Amino acid sequence: MPKDSGIGASPKRREDVRFLTGNGNYTDDINAHGQAYVHFLRSDIAHGTLNSVDTTAAAAMPGVVRIFTAADFEGVGGVPCGWEITDRHGNAMQEPKHPVLAEGKVRHVGEPIAAVIAESLEQARDAAEAIELDIEELPAVVDMKAAVAEGSVKVHDDLTSNLCYDWGFVEENREAVNQAFQDAAHVTSLELVNNRLVANPMEPRVAIGEYNRSTDDSKLYTTSQNPHVIRLLMGAFVLGIPEHKLQVVSPDVGGGFGTKIFHYAEEAFCTFAAKACNRPVKWTSSRSEAFMSDAHGRDHVTKIELALDADNNFTALRTDTYANMGAYLSTFAPSVPTWLHGTLMAGNYKTPLIYVNVKAVFTNTVPVDAYRGAGRPEATFQLERVVDKAARELGVDPIALRRQNFITEFPYATPVAVEYDTGDYHATMDKLTEIADLSGFDARRKASVANGKLRGLGVNCYIEACGIAPSNLVGQLGARAGLYESATVRVNATGGLVVMTGSHSHGQGHETSFPQVIADMIGIDEGMIEIVHGDTSKVPMGMGTYGSRSLAVGGSAMVRATEKIIAKAKKIAAHLMEAADADIELKDGEFSVAGTDKSVAWGDVTLAAYVPHNYPLEDIEPGLEETAFYDPANFTYPSGAYACEVEVDPDTGKVSIERFSAADDFGNIVNPMIVDGQVHGGIGQGIGQALLEGCVYDEDGQLLSASFMDYAMPRADDVPFYSVDHSCQTPCTHNPLGVKGCGEAGAIGSPPSVVNAVVDALQSAGKTDVTHIDMPLSPGRIWAALNS
Amino acid sequence: MYNFEFEKPSTVADAVAALAGDEAQALGGGQTLIPTMKQRLASPSKLVSLSGITEMQGVQREGASLTIGGAVSHADVAAQATDYPALAEMAGHIGDPAVRNRGTIGGSLANNDPSADYPAAALASAATVVTNAREIAADDYFQGMFDTALEDGEIITGVKFLVPQAANYQKFVQPASRFALVGVFVAKHADGVRVAVTGASEEGVFRWSEAEAALDADFSADAIAGLTLDPSGMIGDLHGTKEYRAHLVGVMTKRAVAAAD
Repeated sequence: MPKDSGIGASPKRREDVRFLTGNGNYTDDINAHGQAYVHFLRSDIAHGTLNSVDTTAAAAMPGVVRIFTAADFEGVGGVPCGWEITDRHGNAMQEPKHPVLAEGKVRHVGEPIAAVIAESLEQARDAAEAIELDIEELPAVVDMKAAVAEGSVKVHDDLTSNLCYDWGFVEENREAVNQAFQDAAHVTSLELVNNRLVANPMEPRVAIGEYNRSTDDSKLYTTSQNPHVIRLLMGAFVLGIPEHKLQVVSPDVGGGFGTKIFHYAEEAFCTFAAKACNRPVKWTSSRSEAFMSDAHGRDHVTKIELALDADNNFTALRTDTYANMGAYLSTFAPSVPTWLHGTLMAGNYKTPLIYVNVKAVFTNTVPVDAYRGAGRPEATFQLERVVDKAARELGVDPIALRRQNFITEFPYATPVAVEYDTGDYHATMDKLTEIADLSGFDARRKASVANGKLRGLGVNCYIEACGIAPSNLVGQLGARAGLYESATVRVNATGGLVVMTGSHSHGQGHETSFPQVIADMIGIDEGMIEIVHGDTSKVPMGMGTYGSRSLAVGGSAMVRATEKIIAKAKKIAAHLMEAADADIELKDGEFSVAGTDKSVAWGDVTLAAYVPHNYPLEDIEPGLEETAFYDPANFTYPSGAYACEVEVDPDTGKVSIERFSAADDFGNIVNPMIVDGQVHGGIGQGIGQALLEGCVYDEDGQLLSASFMDYAMPRADDVPFYSVDHSCQTPCTHNPLGVKGCGEAGAIGSPPSVVNAVVDALQSAGKTDVTHIDMPLSPGRIWAALNS
Repeated sequence: MYNFEFEKPSTVADAVAALAGDEAQALGGGQTLIPTMKQRLASPSKLVSLSGITEMQGVQREGASLTIGGAVSHADVAAQATDYPALAEMAGHIGDPAVRNRGTIGGSLANNDPSADYPAAALASAATVVTNAREIAADDYFQGMFDTALEDGEIITGVKFLVPQAANYQKFVQPASRFALVGVFVAKHADGVRVAVTGASEEGVFRWSEAEAALDADFSADAIAGLTLDPSGMIGDLHGTKEYRAHLVGVMTKRAVAAAD
């Protein structure tokens, strides 16, 4: 019987009531008394020397409050980077200053040069048009390999080159890996591009700065996935405001997908300008601005090689990747192609030797950072493509080749520095075989061919690392932050409780799923539990939501705090029932004394905690509120197997996804409906990357795909009904809930199966020379491949 | 968006008078003009809405022709042009419901976007563009991307379509905008076949005369199987090369012929 409440149940999402009735409270819904409006004058040139910014005429325009340029930010810090990478020679990465407003040069289209604050947005825009810019255009560098070639134009004149770092992992394995390739019976090699993407959350970014002159307090409303992180980065590194004088609020946020993790110049600007102007200032990104100022995602160019022995066992893997950083280092940009990518290159396979080389490169493009999956989709895509190609070259079944090389014993220490605690890759592949009806494929292919279409089947596996992360480990790897999470559980006198969690919800459904956990632990109704998040003045501390970490890390902190609550409540109950603490049991919201018929209700105990007339005051304090910080012992390792079936129209090259099946192992599951939704959304974004989305610059650094007229987002009719299963469950061994995380799996696991399927379809038509097509698999590209 | 004056006349004569001033601009459904103004890429000093002019409304059959008022929305054409099913079908697949409910045939033809659908329909149907001043044959009306025979201040009051014996429009959409990457409207008239292509050419909508000649001789998809189009004048961009567009013209033409009824 499906449960109707608690862990494992699928209650409808309580937050959807306000979202679906237009009662959400998004940042742009907030209007402060007396607020002025910000318009950023952004560069329409990719690279140039900023000789002068003359604001004289603009400042005299109607309604202008003040115009800011870089000159106003002297003594103010740059936008910081939160992760330092050490290169393969032991040197720190090159880290350029990232000014709030362009200083001396412009380095990408969309970089803010000046900011106009006016009484209305239209007045601010009018005045921005009156600013006179003298920019001497310089040649732009967009292509990564050209950027690191000898004699390239430099994005940053004060750096030695456009190479941010040259990272080797595991550097000590390099020679052994090369030797294994010498000794290999077969080597499969593949060069591919992981296409640059724009996240495009439905809600564009918004920032509102406020300043209170009587208290000297600053406040920022922002569309962030992690307001505490913004408070720390902006307060400590940019503006010099201590945490106790700075409040950051992220109310309802309409999707993040990674691009709202980062600290952006616009946030620092609004906070700074509110104080400088002594009035609230508001900036709302237009969609056009979002395309050229939100951090982009992916953008890797990779050569991957797989070595196999004569029995088709994987013996070594070697990759050579160029990763685009854009013009500046966004908050976590350096970590994405390194620790979030290299450590996943073992995938689901017991390849004994792996070497990953990544060259991170500065170009005259928008900064690139984490986007749903962040490094793991890039790792999965190249690995699952090269394994598929190897199977074709060797004439073996791609599923059989995968199964032969699966890791089967856990815990498993990979040669790329991580230890998988649990998993069962054969089980998810078995489940996939069933739900995807792989045995029926041949018949479906015949039917497609009879209809003039090509049909292809693509399968892939994935492994990802979620629940980021043990703080001491990531500290060694260069993170400039801890990656624990905190939760405070405040029980009220009448028994209801509030959880203040550092995990931020911007679509994930925490307000529904988190109470399910506590309801089960205490045995009370979920409706008695409220989740508070997104405000640094209400939640003690938080590292935020990304990397599918909320339940695994934030949920674990909540469990730990609740355990403290229960332990204290049991002491109170023991006192009330004149029994020993150890004899108290809690079940269905009732405390009882083991072996007796004595009991007191949850509400009796909570009331006693706040009205301590009959209370063990000599032993414990009144009140019932506990905080826990949870620092995970390891990452979690969700895994799965995906299958995609496509039809290709040979006349036009158009791909239609006919079936898509996903068998995931997320460990234990709290709300299956929400998990389904997360997987559906992730697959939708993965299909978007595979078939539709491509962020394209021309050689002058102009963004060609700068609007939805040219950047193709997946629509409902681009995707099929999915077959999703998460009944294979190997619980995580090191967090209290046994959960692994599901937010990114779909986006990580789906692109390779789509491309594998299309290649299969083309090969079925005799195009055996077509072994790869770069994403997005647009009709034009497929037609070209069919006619190559 | 910059400030502008706004007028909403109720007669064509008043609209013509209102448009006489400098930088006045006629406003149909606003599905192109309003976003352009919001981007500050257009700054007319005055907008003259044509949506209140009764004489520019309505879909009427007159003998062999179907006359559609210049201010009729795509949705109304889809619903009311039942005497010309291929045209109604085409109108029902322009943009999305919002675009179809606001956008007008006159606005689309006056704008002459190189990827719009109506130019192909008008050209293949040997339509006559009726303005406040004159009648212009479709063959004379389209003069290149975003360029038409309209004079400043001239208003499309209606479009007369010659209802063909058989017709069909095939659109292969650009995946982002869902405008036509290539759209081909084939119309078989008593005096010959007309094949009009949108989305493909750097010169905007055009007639594929080789295909027309082949189809005049034999109105079947096989008749054009051997024909190819020179890619040199085609649009090449991030959504498709010149060669791909030239190829698609052939594919869509064949499909339109096969589906024509």
